[in-house]
Amino acid sequence: MPEKISIRIDGEYVAAQEGQTILEVARASGKYIPTLCWLESITPVGACRLCIVEVSGVNRLLPACTTPVQDGMSVTTHSEKLAAYRRIALEFLFTERNHQCAVCVSNNHCELQAMAQRLGVNSVRYAYTFPKLPVDVSHERFVLDHNRCILCTRCVRVCAEVEGAHVWDLSSRGIRSMVICDMSKPWGESRNCTNCGKCVQVCPTGALAEKGFAVEEMVKRDAKVTRLASRRGGHQ
Amino acid sequence: MSPGAAVGAPPVGAGHAPPSLPPEPKVTPMKKITIDPVTRIEGHAKIDIYLDDAGHVADTHFHVTQVRGFEKFTEGRPFYEMPSITARICGICPVSHLLASSKACDAIMAVAPPEAGAKLRELVHCAQFVQSHALSFFHLSAPDLLLGFDSDPARRNVFGLIDQNPEMAKMGVALRKYGQQIIEGLAKERIHASWIVPGGVNAPMSPEVRERTLAGLPAARALADKTLAFFKTVVDQFQEEISNFGTAPTMFAGMVDRDGGLQWYDGRLKFKDAEGATVSAGMRARDYAKFIGEASLRDSYLKAPYYKPLGYPAGVYRVGPLARLNVADGFGTPAADRELAEFRQRCGPVVHSSFHYHYARLIELLHGLEKIERLLADPSILSTHVRAHAAVNCLEGVGMIEAPRGVLIHHYKVNEQGAITWANLIVATGHNNLAINRGVMQVAKHFIEGDKLKEGMLNRVSALVRAYDPCLSCSTHADGTLAMEIALRGPDGTVLDRMG
Ligand code: SF4
Ligand code: SF4
Ligand code: FES
Repeated sequence: MPEKISIRIDGEYVAAQEGQTILEVARASGKYIPTLCWLESITPVGACRLCIVEVSGVNRLLPACTTPVQDGMSVTTHSEKLAAYRRIALEFLFTERNHQCAVCVSNNHCELQAMAQRLGVNSVRYAYTFPKLPVDVSHERFVLDHNRCILCTRCVRVCAEVEGAHVWDLSSRGIRSMVICDMSKPWGESRNCTNCGKCVQVCPTGALAEKGFAVEEMVKRDAKVTRLASRRGGHQ
Repeated sequence: MSPGAAVGAPPVGAGHAPPSLPPEPKVTPMKKITIDPVTRIEGHAKIDIYLDDAGHVADTHFHVTQVRGFEKFTEGRPFYEMPSITARICGICPVSHLLASSKACDAIMAVAPPEAGAKLRELVHCAQFVQSHALSFFHLSAPDLLLGFDSDPARRNVFGLIDQNPEMAKMGVALRKYGQQIIEGLAKERIHASWIVPGGVNAPMSPEVRERTLAGLPAARALADKTLAFFKTVVDQFQEEISNFGTAPTMFAGMVDRDGGLQWYDGRLKFKDAEGATVSAGMRARDYAKFIGEASLRDSYLKAPYYKPLGYPAGVYRVGPLARLNVADGFGTPAADRELAEFRQRCGPVVHSSFHYHYARLIELLHGLEKIERLLADPSILSTHVRAHAAVNCLEGVGMIEAPRGVLIHHYKVNEQGAITWANLIVATGHNNLAINRGVMQVAKHFIEGDKLKEGMLNRVSALVRAYDPCLSCSTHADGTLAMEIALRGPDGTVLDRMG
């Protein structure tokens, strides 16, 4: 039986259990913290940095999705500073790849876009990098467009943890990172992919999509995948 | 990298100063892009007139913004994204690009949209014609026609029209609105409709939209009739313009069905020569490269299409409303056919004066409304079977339609997985390019004195170009006057005079 502890979130005392993350406790007590890479019942990785919070006495901002609670911790989830850093994190996501929402299959159903709207990011202050990136259309049913990938690794984790196929990985580092299939093969040649489509359904943007879907038509059903994961006793 | 596990606990209570606000980014801020009439002039509707050594007009070049680098930036994209990407080329006629592109995709999938899907595409296309022709006539042509070609240019625009003839301006707004409402009702978004997709359309028509559209029809029809009647009362006052206005004979090209009737959405391209004899009765979309050559012009990225069997530049042809009326045997709808008969009686069997693009446009407007009525009357238009699905079944596809301004062709090649490897587009203003050039040449000869451009030239050239209704976003100010710059150049290209 995990030990019961108590922490403060935005000044309010809330009950928690040892081993829970700040995000889990905050969500359980109805407090909103923005997230992009996090997915219910899947192992968190702290990739997007949108869930950063302030913890009193700590001199840096911490991702709520991967930081375990400690007794007596005092957490701030919203402040001017947090808003400014979250904004930067989002702006960088937009500048790193080519997000042309107007012609995107996920336009109006995109978590990245929705987050930008929610956090009031309606312009980007940094120079776009306009990388020249490929689109992998080799799979019979699905497409991977690296131009729209935010490297959240949801696909990597869901494929490995829920489907058990572990098709996806990340190659390279930093800004050169890319999602790769079967240690760098065209998706269509993968021997591990079971064509289940789980990665497509959890991808927050239009990076992974079903083939033949026209602009604005790709609506994701990530809840189906996370429900399955939780029934199987996924990450808690 | 395998899925990472949660990171360990951070050092709590380390006692450092709390993190501060991030510094404002130092990079240069994004430039604010303001689209105003001034920026729209740049690079748009530029005309170069070249003199030879003897000081005579040797050549004229009409430049308009063309689709550039298109093959490059679509390379590798899934083919079914092309409709939405190409619709962004033009904010004025996105429906035309959506349709031509979707038809090219149908060809790649080797499917025909279900009957209702095809009819709905045709319906939205007719609505696009109505709104586009209304805009062209009322906002761009009417000021010249009602206020006079030589009236004060500051007032010879849609605002001057509103002052002097508010009734006419209101009719234009109402007709345009009717067309827009149909598009909106069907596509839920007026511009860049995501409703037209490869294989058909992505949602059926609701009975309410059908009812609403039918209810608005009589009023729209009355406006179209009234406008045409008005035009016929004034057209004879423009004898001078009619006979001096881009009258150089050319071939014509327009889309027709098997019986030679005019078609906007689907059919074959028919070419007639300057005397009105049919030279190609029915070019299929996929054979376009056998009939249409694309010449590159000096100092210009604009391709100039020509009728291949005759070569360049002899194969100059025109497209658009006047061309369609010249090549078709009829409309297949009663009111438009009556008007066509009268048009031919008044102007002859083959009409060359570009002034009559205006006349032709108004007859087509009427036909568009008749066609909408006919399509809506067919109960099968409410069928919910509106889209065919398929993957790549053909490595190449060509889509051809008549846009309000003339034939539009999209041609794509894909690899087996459906990624675009090559693309080519021929837009209406492109087809007319050589003919517009000839027209400019005709005017230029009258308005050049030594190495100077004479007063009045700009008016005439603008009116000429406007008759072709070249894509608005490329060539006009927001108020409907033409943004244009004319340069007179010596044989070596040095600029001798400028206006605009
Ligand atoms: S994935 Fe989202 S943010 Fe990226 S282009 Fe598509 S809609 Fe825009
Ligand atoms: S493909 Fe989608 S799910 Fe995978 S890392 Fe990129 S954005 Fe995330
Ligand atoms: S949600 Fe925590 S870092 Fe992405």
